[in-house]
Amino acid sequence: MLVSLFITCYNDALFPETGKSVVSVLERLGHRIEFRPEQTCCGQMHWNTGYLREAVPIIRHFVRVYRDAETVVVPSSSCVAMMRDHYAKAAEMDGDAGLVAEINTLLPRVYEFSEFLARKLGIEDVGASYPHKVTYHASCHSMRSLHLGDIPIRLLNNVRGLELQPIQNMQECCGFGGTFSIKNADVSSAMLADKVRNVLETGAEVCTAVDNSCLMHLYGSLHRQGAPVRTAHLAEILASGDGARA
Amino acid sequence: MSEFHAEATQWNRRDFPTAAREVLQNSQTRKNVKHATTVIQAKRNKVVAELPDWEDLREAGAQVKAHTLRHLDYYLKQFEENCTRAGGHVHWASDAAEANRIILGLVQQHQAKEVIKIKTMTSEEVGLNAHLEANGVRPIETDLAELIIQLGKDRPSHFVAPAVHVNRHQVRQMFQREMDLPDLGDQPEDLAAAARSYLREKFLRVRVAISGANFLIADSGGICITESEGNGRMCLTLPDVLISIVGIEKVIPSFRDLEIFLQTLPRSATGERMNPYNSTWCGVHPGDGPKEFHVVLLDNGRSPILADKEARQTLQCIRCAACLNACPVYHQTGGHAYESVYAGPIGAILTPQLNSMSEGRSLPYASSLCGACYEVCPVKINIPEVLIHLRGKIVREDQAKFTGKFSLWNIGMHAAAFLFKDASRLAMAEKLGQVGQKALVSKNGFIEWLPLMLNGWTQSRDLRAMPGQSFRDWWAKEKAPYADNSKRDEKSSNG
Repeated sequence: MLVSLFITCYNDALFPETGKSVVSVLERLGHRIEFRPEQTCCGQMHWNTGYLREAVPIIRHFVRVYRDAETVVVPSSSCVAMMRDHYAKAAEMDGDAGLVAEINTLLPRVYEFSEFLARKLGIEDVGASYPHKVTYHASCHSMRSLHLGDIPIRLLNNVRGLELQPIQNMQECCGFGGTFSIKNADVSSAMLADKVRNVLETGAEVCTAVDNSCLMHLYGSLHRQGAPVRTAHLAEILASGDGARA
Repeated sequence: MSEFHAEATQWNRRDFPTAAREVLQNSQTRKNVKHATTVIQAKRNKVVAELPDWEDLREAGAQVKAHTLRHLDYYLKQFEENCTRAGGHVHWASDAAEANRIILGLVQQHQAKEVIKIKTMTSEEVGLNAHLEANGVRPIETDLAELIIQLGKDRPSHFVAPAVHVNRHQVRQMFQREMDLPDLGDQPEDLAAAARSYLREKFLRVRVAISGANFLIADSGGICITESEGNGRMCLTLPDVLISIVGIEKVIPSFRDLEIFLQTLPRSATGERMNPYNSTWCGVHPGDGPKEFHVVLLDNGRSPILADKEARQTLQCIRCAACLNACPVYHQTGGHAYESVYAGPIGAILTPQLNSMSEGRSLPYASSLCGACYEVCPVKINIPEVLIHLRGKIVREDQAKFTGKFSLWNIGMHAAAFLFKDASRLAMAEKLGQVGQKALVSKNGFIEWLPLMLNGWTQSRDLRAMPGQSFRDWWAKEKAPYADNSKRDEKSSNG
């Protein structure tokens, strides 16, 4: 299968390792990968902050770049949630029926990374090996918009040597929320403090998730505190080891 | 007691971040709120899980409410007709002032100097108590939590459990002082007994009662109230005159529809399978209950919400407060930070709309859009969607003003949109960022301080510096030279 990557804006600039890991996992599984350098952003920051009109050209750009793609894989559940929950509405708001139609045709071929592995490919063991204690943070969009359920957990359970540490209140938001973290910095920080406390209580060395946005937020506090916990996107864990499957 | 605001029954109208900052420093309030919401939410989750048709009930409730709102004029007139036929009097109040005027007039007609009240957030919304007091009428709250709020000169922080921010030790101190009971214990039974003997005498003496309502039933002209304490039943049956103030969105087509809501409301609100007291009544009946019955139908900003297709679902709310108990923001701040009788996620969309977006403009931003509210809502109000819609309105209104157009946010967002429309601009910006960030990056490779509004991030969080190579650069260098892109180039030239 030819997989087109959508490496969302902050992953491109801040977390290139995640994109490289997605490439590595999918290549190991025998797929051809392409990256379309024309790609930019999903438009979520603008849309969610209320810059609705300004988000439309970004959405249109995404559709233009990927409309002929066979399959698009995105290592960020919140960007996929943006597409599924809001793209058609944004195009309707703009009065562009053609764009609505294109969105409805394209989106069934767009997958979040772990969703692609489990639901499209039917694979839960990618042959990874990661001998560490890991805890999993279920990001809001992965649960409530994409309904990933325990897909990421099942993928982690198949990683050699990985000890998954359960976390209290796994489903509670970390407090990031995009520009919420700046506009309501105090409340966001208080939410983060609770989440970080729960992460530290697990005794894990690594906290993972399917969204680097949450992990950037979590690590911002962990680093500030000098806590001995790292963060790593799920793709980075799944790319570790030699890929030999049982 | 320092926790209580002296004479502070009015809202201060500070913006959410400012009011929240103050609450976040009050560790006792935060502890009380977190404890109470955690307990209620656990109970709610347990009893919801018992129903195999929960999702169907949510859908049915949403459909009934949406249908009624689409034909609200019809059902309200039907209610008025049937209520009047049963011997009730229906009044229409377009705003708070009119509602207060009507109610005060009715109270004065009966020369009443006191009224007893069942918890009604609609009366809080219109500021009824203050209006009655200013005109020499003493309102007496009979719901335990509302009594606590009234005696403490406090404000409700949760519309199902208004005193959720207060613990029983604080209640005991207040009862000791206000009821002159120096030896009162702090066990729940002690406090309930004190409240009961304080209230019983009032139930028997006061001749006029004021209530809200959970549902208006159009096809019978009946009213339904659900409650836990029995104070409502007392107020609905003992006095000579009963006045109910009800928002126009509370109407449902028929008695049969209660089948849905009497399952979803108690489970969502208090984690009970059924409310201990469910009262429905219809007009007046000689020798049984009040001799005179009035309904004040309140608009007060609801009609314009109805006209907004995107936001109309706001009016489906049945005031269960499940969204408050599920909200991670509310868990931190409690209700007072919202500076409104309607707190939490539903308050964040309802309050600004009831005020034509002139007040509560910071509230639509008081959410991380995590979706926990929508997930639990028994009438499926997509609160995150409405929050974004309202943010859109606010941005558009601000952009029409000079100060908004040239605000840092507006300039920053337009600059970002400019970059995201064209990858070559974005790649250039990434390059500039990699160089430009150097002044901000500490020796450990992290950014620990950012200027202007971005400073909100670094108050509690470090930020990873941009690595020297972006993904797109890596791909261009390591992958693209070896990829067969001929097919792709051909396609993109068509696009």
